[in-house]
Amino acid sequence: MKYITEYRDARRVREVLDEIHRITTRPWRLMEVCGGQTHSIIRHGIDQLLPEQITMIHGPGCPVCVTPQEMIDRAIAIASLPGTILVSFGDMLRVPGSRGDLFQVKARGGDVRVVYSPLECLAIAGQNPDKEVVFFGVGFETTAPANAMAVHQARLRGIANFSMLVSHVRVPPALDALLGAPEVDVQGFLLAGHVCAVMGFWEYHSLVAQYRVPMVVTGFEPLDIAQGILMAVRQLEEGRAAVENAYARAVVEAGNRPAMELINAVFEECDRNWRGIGLIPRSGWQLRAEYAAYDAVRRFPVGHIQTEESPLCHAGEVLMGILKPNECPAFGKECTPRKPLGAPMVSAEGACAAYYNFGRFERASGAAS
Amino acid sequence: MCLGIPGKIIEVYEQNGLKMGRVDFGGVVRETCLAYVPDAQIGDYTIVHVGFALNLIDEDEARKTLELFNEIGLLAEELGEEPDESAP
Repeated sequence: MKYITEYRDARRVREVLDEIHRITTRPWRLMEVCGGQTHSIIRHGIDQLLPEQITMIHGPGCPVCVTPQEMIDRAIAIASLPGTILVSFGDMLRVPGSRGDLFQVKARGGDVRVVYSPLECLAIAGQNPDKEVVFFGVGFETTAPANAMAVHQARLRGIANFSMLVSHVRVPPALDALLGAPEVDVQGFLLAGHVCAVMGFWEYHSLVAQYRVPMVVTGFEPLDIAQGILMAVRQLEEGRAAVENAYARAVVEAGNRPAMELINAVFEECDRNWRGIGLIPRSGWQLRAEYAAYDAVRRFPVGHIQTEESPLCHAGEVLMGILKPNECPAFGKECTPRKPLGAPMVSAEGACAAYYNFGRFERASGAAS
Repeated sequence: MCLGIPGKIIEVYEQNGLKMGRVDFGGVVRETCLAYVPDAQIGDYTIVHVGFALNLIDEDEARKTLELFNEIGLLAEELGEEPDESAP
């Protein structure tokens, strides 16, 4: 397939990896903040082909994983109300809430549906005029254009029985929080290519200036990831810190203007809790006052939500890059993809699921030469 | 929900006032909202997330990136490492 096959060319990847080996003289810890990249790195074993001095740290880049438990519990409470249809991306259904998950609501007879695109909710709302259709709108900047359009279209078309439970998160404030946390030891970042396809990378210059860490916009194919690592390591070895773009075929500095305009028309910044990490100022998006009628939190007062996390789960340390998934005592024992304790073991983009599915049971750092 | 891969736009139309299209991902065809890529035309490649095209792939940049990789290969050759085959 065009734009895929050539970026999986083993010979080209080998050449880039050889170049990384050639220029690396010191230990560096790099973090990717994108579940898709984590998946690709582990699936293709890229981390195991790097010089021993380079460690890949998997950051909080899985949207399912960082959705706060309070929101999962709220979605479960709304889905359990009579007369509601709760619609979600498929990944969310198995994420454990305090007491059960959305699949269990469905098993008890609740109307819980999975869609590919949030726009499908508007058709569902039209077909079910006597029901309330609630979309669980989670994700990073990559799903925001779709979720913003669904709300905007609902208002334009006067679809009154549709609302959204919004739990959006944004990458730049999370990087700011990670860089400011003393226990997080990272010298460079691979920026999530598709987040930047929407938002551009103009927002990251101030972070690079403040913390003096290289940030490289990176794609998802093995060659893209190797190239992102090479550009980050080259900056580190040369003592530079800048925002660079290793994914120019898909990302421009300014981002996608029409998408950003609608996002800004529908959403506004808000403080947001990240599961396992805690409150990060201005790290979320919520519906603007003009769209408040479509806010599921206002429409369905389900009372106080008391959350409860598994005491065995170390998802927070995994999401901060402090623990590798296979360094968690519950990994592969009490916690597996079939019976997950925490969200990172649920989603295909979760670091724990990636380690489990690709057989990373050894606790060693995984560096091989 | 974030594993976006490039697909080829094979049809463009309007629905409920929105620019829509059909995108082919190596044989799997999905209806896709093209509202955020107003210049999109049949034959363009795009990255799609949850049913929305986020961008159009820039062919020139794609070629430049691959040429850059080829240069790395040539550099390795110059440094005395054995190339597997000539660069395409």
